[in-house]
Order: sequence, then structure tokens, then C-alpha cells
Amino acid sequence: MNRRVLRRWISNFMVGTMIFAVLIAVLPLVLILATLLVKGVSSLNLAFFLKTPAPAGESGGGVAHAIIGTLMMVGAACLIGLPIGIGAGIFSAEYPSSRLATITRFISDVMNGTPSIVVGVFAWTLIVARQKHFSGYAGSAALAMLMIPMVMRTTEEMIKLVPHSLREAALALGYPRWRTSLAVVVRTTLPGIVTGSLLAVARVSGETAPLLFTALGSQFMGTNLNQPMGALPLTVYTYANGPYEDWHRLAWATALVLILVVFVLSLSARIATRRIFGRYG
Amino acid sequence: MTSTLEIPVMTPPPTPPIPVPSRLGQSPVKPRTEANYAIVVKDFSFHFGARQILDGLSFEVPRRAVTAIIGPSGCGKSTFLRSINRLNDLTPGSVYAGEVLVDGTSVFAPATDLVALRQRVGMVFQRPNPFPKSIFDNVAYGPVLNALVPKRDLPDLVERCLRAAALWDEVKDRLEDSALGLSGGQQQRLCIARALGNQPEVLLMDEPCSALDPIATQKVEELIFELKQNYTIVIVTHNMQQAARVSDCTGFFDRGILMEFGDTQQIFTAPKQERTEAYITGRFG
Repeated sequence: MNRRVLRRWISNFMVGTMIFAVLIAVLPLVLILATLLVKGVSSLNLAFFLKTPAPAGESGGGVAHAIIGTLMMVGAACLIGLPIGIGAGIFSAEYPSSRLATITRFISDVMNGTPSIVVGVFAWTLIVARQKHFSGYAGSAALAMLMIPMVMRTTEEMIKLVPHSLREAALALGYPRWRTSLAVVVRTTLPGIVTGSLLAVARVSGETAPLLFTALGSQFMGTNLNQPMGALPLTVYTYANGPYEDWHRLAWATALVLILVVFVLSLSARIATRRIFGRYG
Repeated sequence: MTSTLEIPVMTPPPTPPIPVPSRLGQSPVKPRTEANYAIVVKDFSFHFGARQILDGLSFEVPRRAVTAIIGPSGCGKSTFLRSINRLNDLTPGSVYAGEVLVDGTSVFAPATDLVALRQRVGMVFQRPNPFPKSIFDNVAYGPVLNALVPKRDLPDLVERCLRAAALWDEVKDRLEDSALGLSGGQQQRLCIARALGNQPEVLLMDEPCSALDPIATQKVEELIFELKQNYTIVIVTHNMQQAARVSDCTGFFDRGILMEFGDTQQIFTAPKQERTEAYITGRFG
């Protein structure tokens, strides 16, 4: 066979293989979304977003308490986790060979592989066991602990992509080292850092295990982080484990709401970044 | 078919023949007095860890003139340039010895304020490196940082710098566009405008044309020629014709040593060192 024809065939084969891999990778995602929509959308109505659960046996009710709980706990986790994670990421990217950065990088890699339930147990011993009651704070702390290593690593990787020449340009204009890091390097990587943070937020929004040991869950509307709190993944867990057919439908609907919440969060964070920092950010 | 003969040959930009720098005659040679030296280098050496890069350099860079540094790759030209604004500080293991004085003050003194030094000594790099911001912001970055002018005067300053960098007419209608949308040559002129925004006295240029096409190169060279009315320029270049075209003085570096320093005309027509002549005529390097 002609050499060129052979090459073209090999090229086509390789491209085909990769397209196939992409399809395989996307397939579960599409299936999950489709199932959620099919099984969940019928139970969705305005009351579902606004009401708290109906007593067992009665129909109706909603997951408003869990939406509030998830938003509050994830919000608090962001307040703790994002500054620490982003700060640590900046440090270990800017001083890559320092001993502290090497150790931090290693530990965060290990933490990234830690099962979230272990983090839940850890937060339980650290906070719940001492306070002698479950609380939203403990849940936030557990989620923050999960976020920090993720955010740190993505921030670091993003900053490492900034060309050295850009850094030099700023320094040569008289920027002090810290301002170069913040004003030029971090500014340039901001979209990447936002993406990394959003991934972490999305990831922890769906965490169930750490919340079982910390926030516990609740059937009532509450905005006190010092009390046990409901959360969407916990609600899914409870309803899916329940004996009633009605509960299973609610579990599907709640899972759909969880995905919607994450979607809205991501979208608004992206729009906000673009609004505040303009096209070049 | 003899296709090899039809490959278009890139015509080099029109260059005055060396060794007769055409523009030298236009700039009257200033009398060499102490006050005319913007940069004085005294027995300056530089190490990266155990490796010696520069050894015992001593020469004076005249004020408001273009000084070219030439020499084969790895001879320490860029390292020397980056010593003047202490950009080498970033590399671990940098050790300076001897003196480099800018306007009579040592740049290595412990009291040296790096921010102030780098405001006075601007730099243009080999590859254009504009910030991923608007054209306006790129030029305004330095002056805002160093609080050189009140905010309302910024547009004026930016315009002046862009005009000085011969870029104003090309960008005046799109100052808010991203600098990354400019061509390579425009980006490099923007980087020059950015350096001018800091209102420096000295401009260091590290092979500013090596990533540019011939036409852009010509524009930047014309610009350098204009800028020397107001700035002291030190330019590192690999391009012998360029050194001959734009510079008033030339220093020839070889393996970390300053082999020869003098008027460009003298270096290119009557080099004192055999090694200089060998390099200029292209026998090595």
C-alpha cells in the first residue's frame, strides 16, 4: 500500500479512537442527567423550592431547608477554604523550591486522595465531639478541608503556566515581588483560579459522607450554623434510603435541584468575574 | 520540473553596508566628560553559583546615546544588561562583584531601592511581553504604580509614550482593546511605550528585534534612533548591521570579558583586537 494512504488511515484510526473515548467519557454524564430529568422533573414545582418536608406519609413538601443548608455550609466552606487554598497555591507556585512549598504540595496531594468520609470523621472528632452536638459549622469545616487541597493544586498549576517573561516585564517596571505576584501573575490566571475554585465548590456541594458526621441533617428550616443542618446531598441520601415510593421520587428531584444549584453558582461566579475584571481577566 | 529553483528567496531588508554606519554622521559626538556618562561600570564581575559569567568589566556608557553590546552567544551580554536593573536577583545563586553606577549611584548598594532603580532604568525584552490587558493599561501600568502623574494626566502621558514609540497612529482608535491583538512588531513598540511610561533615564534593550520581521525591525530601529535624543540606550544585539546602524558606541564581549569598547565607527572599521575583527567579519560566533 502506498505509504501516504497508510499514514492517512492510521491518522483516521487514531482520531476515531479518540472520538470514541470522548463519547465513552461523556456517556455516563449524559445518562445521569437524562435519568435525573426523567425521574425528577415531574416532582419539581415551586413548592418544592419553597417548602420544608411534609411529615412522613403526607404528600407535598419541599427541600427549601436543604437548599439553604447547602448554600450556607458551602458558602462558609468557601470563606474558610478559598483564601487558604488560593494563598497556599500562590505561595507554592511563587516559591516552588522552598521546603515549606515542597511539604505543602506533598501533603495536599495526599489529602486530595483522602476519602471524604475520613475528613468527616476527622471534623467529628475535632468539632462535634468537643461541642457535644452536630452543627453546620462542623459541616463547613469538613467541606473546607476537602476544598483546600483541590483549590491549592489548581491555583498552583495555573500560576505555573504564566510565562516567565510576563513576570519579568512587571519586575522591570519596578513592581515589588509581592505586587508582581498579585497584580500580574494572579490577575492573569484569575479565570483559571475561578475555574478551579468552582470545580472545588461543585465537588463539595455534592459531598454526603462528611456531612453525615458533622451537619447530621435536619427536617426543619434553620439558618443557624451552630445547629444541625439539612443539606441537599443528605436529603438525597435520606429519601433514597427510605421505604416509600414517594420518597424515591423526591430523592431524584432533590438530586436534580442539587445539580441546578451548582450550575447556577458556577454560571453566576463566571459572569461576576467577567463583569468585575473585564475581558482580559 | 526544477522546482528547487523557484523557491522564493527572502530578500534581506535594505541595510547600509558595514562597516560604514550611515547614521553616525548625523549625531554629533558629544564631548566625553564625567557628567555625560549615564552608566559607569567598574571592575564588574558576575557569578551564577560557581560559574563565572562576567569578569572584570570596566567601561562607561555615554548619556543620551546608543551603546550596543555585541558578542557571540553565551558571552554574558544579556546577563550584563540584566545586572544593571538587577533583574538577575531573581535567579538563585547570583553574585555581583565590583560596581555598576547609574547616575553616580551604585545599583548594588544595600540601600538601593529596586523599585526606584527599575523606574529609572527601563527594559525591553527579546520577545514582546505585553500584559494581557488593554493597550492603554499596558502603558499606564508603570506610571500608576510609581504614582508619577496625577490620574487625570494619565491619558496625556499614555498618548505621549505611544507617540514616542511610533505606535499612536496605529492604536489611537482602539486603546481599550487587548494588547494581545496587536502584531508582534506593534507589541514590541507597545513594550517600549510601556517602558517609557515610567519616564526612565536609561533604556535597556535585550535583542529587541530578534523576534520581529524585517519591516518591524526597521521601525524599531528608527525608533531607537529617535529615542536617544532623550534617553540613554543600551542595546544587546546579535545583528552586526543593527549595531552598526543604531549605535554610537559598541562594546564587544567575549566569554565574559570586555574585549573592546569604543566608538561604533572605530570598532567596525578599525578594531584594535584581532578577536573583534574576527567576530565582526563573521569568522566565528
